[in-house]
Amino acid sequence: MEIIIKKIPACAGNIMKKNWPLWEVFVRSKNGLDHRHFGSLHAADEEMALENARDVYTRRNEGVSIWVVESKHIRASNPDNNGELFEPAKDKVYRHPTFYILPDELKHM
Amino acid sequence: MTETQIKILEAQFEARIANDEKIEPKDWMPEKYRKTHIRQMSQHAHSEIIGMLPEGNWISRAPSLRRKVALLAKVQDEAGHGLYLYSACETLGITREELYEQLHSGKAKYSSIFNYPTITWADIGAIGWLVDGAAIINQVPLCNTSFGPYACAMVRVCKEESFHQRQGYEIMLTLCKGTVEQKAMAQDALNRWWWPALMMLGPTDDQSVHTAQSMKWKLKRKTNDELRQQFIDQTVPQADILGIKIPDSDLKWNADKGSYDFGEIDWDEFWQVVKGHGPCNKQRMKARVSAWENGAWVRDAAMAYAEKNK
Ligand SMILES: [Fe+2]
Ligand SMILES: [Fe+2]
Repeated sequence: MEIIIKKIPACAGNIMKKNWPLWEVFVRSKNGLDHRHFGSLHAADEEMALENARDVYTRRNEGVSIWVVESKHIRASNPDNNGELFEPAKDKVYRHPTFYILPDELKHM
Repeated sequence: MTETQIKILEAQFEARIANDEKIEPKDWMPEKYRKTHIRQMSQHAHSEIIGMLPEGNWISRAPSLRRKVALLAKVQDEAGHGLYLYSACETLGITREELYEQLHSGKAKYSSIFNYPTITWADIGAIGWLVDGAAIINQVPLCNTSFGPYACAMVRVCKEESFHQRQGYEIMLTLCKGTVEQKAMAQDALNRWWWPALMMLGPTDDQSVHTAQSMKWKLKRKTNDELRQQFIDQTVPQADILGIKIPDSDLKWNADKGSYDFGEIDWDEFWQVVKGHGPCNKQRMKARVSAWENGAWVRDAAMAYAEKNK
């Protein structure tokens, strides 16, 4: 039986051509710890992103659980706004236990 | 932004680095910092990817199952290193496709060492021992570099490298303890890889154009010549344990400076290989580009499938 493979012109489909999107990978290294950002990778869909994350980021038992999320869904704060975002916390010393002046002989507090 | 404003920002930026603060992708950075990092990190990523080719050549012919699984795991690690570095590089606003395009068109370079052939099994030993050895010396200081994502990637890479070097050295050790022919094979591999490994640490300091700037940005902590000296000093005793001879008649211990003197490096050869005239430049690029092009239909099919399932 002869199998004829028709050559598809290289340009066909190029109009539709889309590159694999970028995914962010979060790994929990062991139970009881948070998932931590490990890096990113490219994959066509979420299943492939999980499988690639397994191969790229956990080749030596680095994890027991993986989260992947497409990078475009992450809204990140802008470091230019760090002033208005984080400065206000700086002068709120009364949120820290050391702000309260108590006698030295006081124990267990 | 006016020029004075940029000057002020630059001064603040340099001060942050001097202060050992890390720079993250969304922070303001001088354009030159961004460009230099894209260049260096992508070159590094390309080297990991092209570096799989000379070793991949021996996976199917490894002499035992033990050697085969180890080599396979090592080559897979190198793929991983390439991927960590590409994604770190992408945080600077360049796409993976652009990075590949720079590699495939020859615009971007990769380490010249990978343009040498692996003609015997002993070459796999010599690569792990010498090439990964030199890479470790280059990479360890980068774990502290100023650009956060690069530093993070390097920490992971360095953790994985030590097995690479040990598996290579073990191959050499086994050959050197074997038959006369096996030991001769190990010696031959050392003869061929020694000088290229020295060149891998980069041009001499007086020829190296980026050193001062790279030092400031912590892309370098030691100069090329310092790294090379460190490599030689640590490798000579390792060759002694193997009982094979480093192919340099000028190599001798200098008690005054507490390190080895060594012979002239053939920099002409280095620049020839960098310019594309090494033994395997064409072969490497051809293998890489055809892998990418022949895989296009798989990438497209996976994407079409993903779109359909949305
Ligand atoms: Fe590597
Ligand atoms: Fe390696």
